[in-house]
Amino acid sequence: MSQAAAPVRAKRVLPGFTLSLGTTLLYLTVIILIPVLALILKGAEIGPARFWAIVTAPRAVAAFQVTITAAVIATLFNAVYGLLMAWVLVRYEFPGKRILDALMDIPFALPTAVAGLSLTALFSANGWIGQFLEPQGISIVYTIWGVALAMAFTSVPFVVRTVQPVLEDLDPAYEQAARTLGASEGAIFARVVFPQILPAWLAGCTIAFARSLGEFGAIVFIAGNLPMKTEIAALLAFIRLEEFDYQGASAIALVLLLFALVLLVVSNRLQAWAMRFKGA
Amino acid sequence: MQTLAMDPTRTRMMPRLLIGVAVVVTLLIVVAPLIYIFARAFAEGWQVYAANLMDPSTVHAIWLTSIVALIVVPINIAFGIAAAWAVARFRFPGRSLLVTAIEIPFSISPIIAGICYLLLYGRQGILGPWMQANDLQVMFALPGIVLVTMFVTAPFVAREVLPLMQAQGSEQEQAALTLGASGWQMFARVTLPNIRWALLYGAVLCTARAVGEFGGVSVVSGNIRGQTNTLPLHVELLFNDLNATGAFAAASVLTLLALVALVVKAVLEGRRGA
Repeated sequence: MSQAAAPVRAKRVLPGFTLSLGTTLLYLTVIILIPVLALILKGAEIGPARFWAIVTAPRAVAAFQVTITAAVIATLFNAVYGLLMAWVLVRYEFPGKRILDALMDIPFALPTAVAGLSLTALFSANGWIGQFLEPQGISIVYTIWGVALAMAFTSVPFVVRTVQPVLEDLDPAYEQAARTLGASEGAIFARVVFPQILPAWLAGCTIAFARSLGEFGAIVFIAGNLPMKTEIAALLAFIRLEEFDYQGASAIALVLLLFALVLLVVSNRLQAWAMRFKGA
Repeated sequence: MQTLAMDPTRTRMMPRLLIGVAVVVTLLIVVAPLIYIFARAFAEGWQVYAANLMDPSTVHAIWLTSIVALIVVPINIAFGIAAAWAVARFRFPGRSLLVTAIEIPFSISPIIAGICYLLLYGRQGILGPWMQANDLQVMFALPGIVLVTMFVTAPFVAREVLPLMQAQGSEQEQAALTLGASGWQMFARVTLPNIRWALLYGAVLCTARAVGEFGGVSVVSGNIRGQTNTLPLHVELLFNDLNATGAFAAASVLTLLALVALVVKAVLEGRRGA
């Protein structure tokens, strides 16, 4: 947006406007727009009464509840863990810092199915980590906690990578002023640093939440997929497809699509708000 | 509280505590799964590992996944450059809407993307009757897998190249044109060299994502063993067959690819910083 002046003048000089915009629009239309439209059209064919019946059926309601509850747990965890990671990576110098930073990209790079497979084996009752939790009465695999764990794993980089650049760009003058005036480190964080990173942090958490709602690959391994208990909404849509119940699948998919688009708008707003703190 | 904050031992304790917690949690939920994949893949020794990878259906899955990536990534690069050029260099109505549209696949669950494609090209889909009349098969075949992967990876290159193009401005490109370069000469000699690291970086991320795609592909592939089974789907298949060692062996190939992508990324970030 800050580049507004140059491109306006460049408009008549630079070539390739029709070609580049044409290619972009063609690709977006064929690959994204038309398929999404197909879902909306097919969803509209269902009719409001039948649609309502599908999405309020007990199994569907349970699936939405499991999905949202686990996504809330995962997001709360990542809100803390992600913020801690961003803080540690920006503010402190220690051996292995660059490795820790690189590790935060693993959940992005590792295929979700691979993550799900490995987490399931690790946290099962006789797994490396699960064997210590099971005697305490903590079951992860085949419970909602497993669903939340898989969601947390796949979405934590969204919080870290959204907060990190804002934290890096903070003007140190405010903190120095607060320190000079005798504020404790805790007070400086709570009253000077945190308000400035709040929009970015909320944006990151929103993206992580959206991602958790849509996660599939990691969860199908660890959840056990018991209807009414650990079956997530995306999986129920998938099962409906395999039963050739296309209306059932479209209705559930439409609800998930609606969630995703609302969260996209919210996170865009939050990021626009966050930009005001960056390099201002 | 204020006097405590001045106490040097207290201010030194806090960072150590925070770093310690961050490292331990990361070891437990990020590093442990990574190491565990290789530990299980090699649990029965090299020979079993090699035999698992040489299994014909695993070899076919690796081959299919490579084909998909080889088709998707170059197309995605072309799209990414075109989208970044249009958005960074020109002002037009709906420009910010276009940026949001490019980002849509990030927020839509891949499984929904798969359902969208099934409702369009599937037998009961909107184009289904027409496709059957013309004997075209998209679903449960390579084209469907490629299309869904294109959907899921659409933003990857554009998102890396766009901010760089915006930051660089167009002075060099305008200078090249003023000196008599044609549009394509300007592109090949000025634009492309300027964006090459961001482009490569986006391509690496796109490749990692394309290779690992699971949810969307599992809807459109039909999981036909030895035909439309990509490597991530094959991991699930082996796991459901209770062949855990085989599943971890297949998973180790994907993990290795992910690690290579991360190393390339780290190297590229060093270059971009310089």
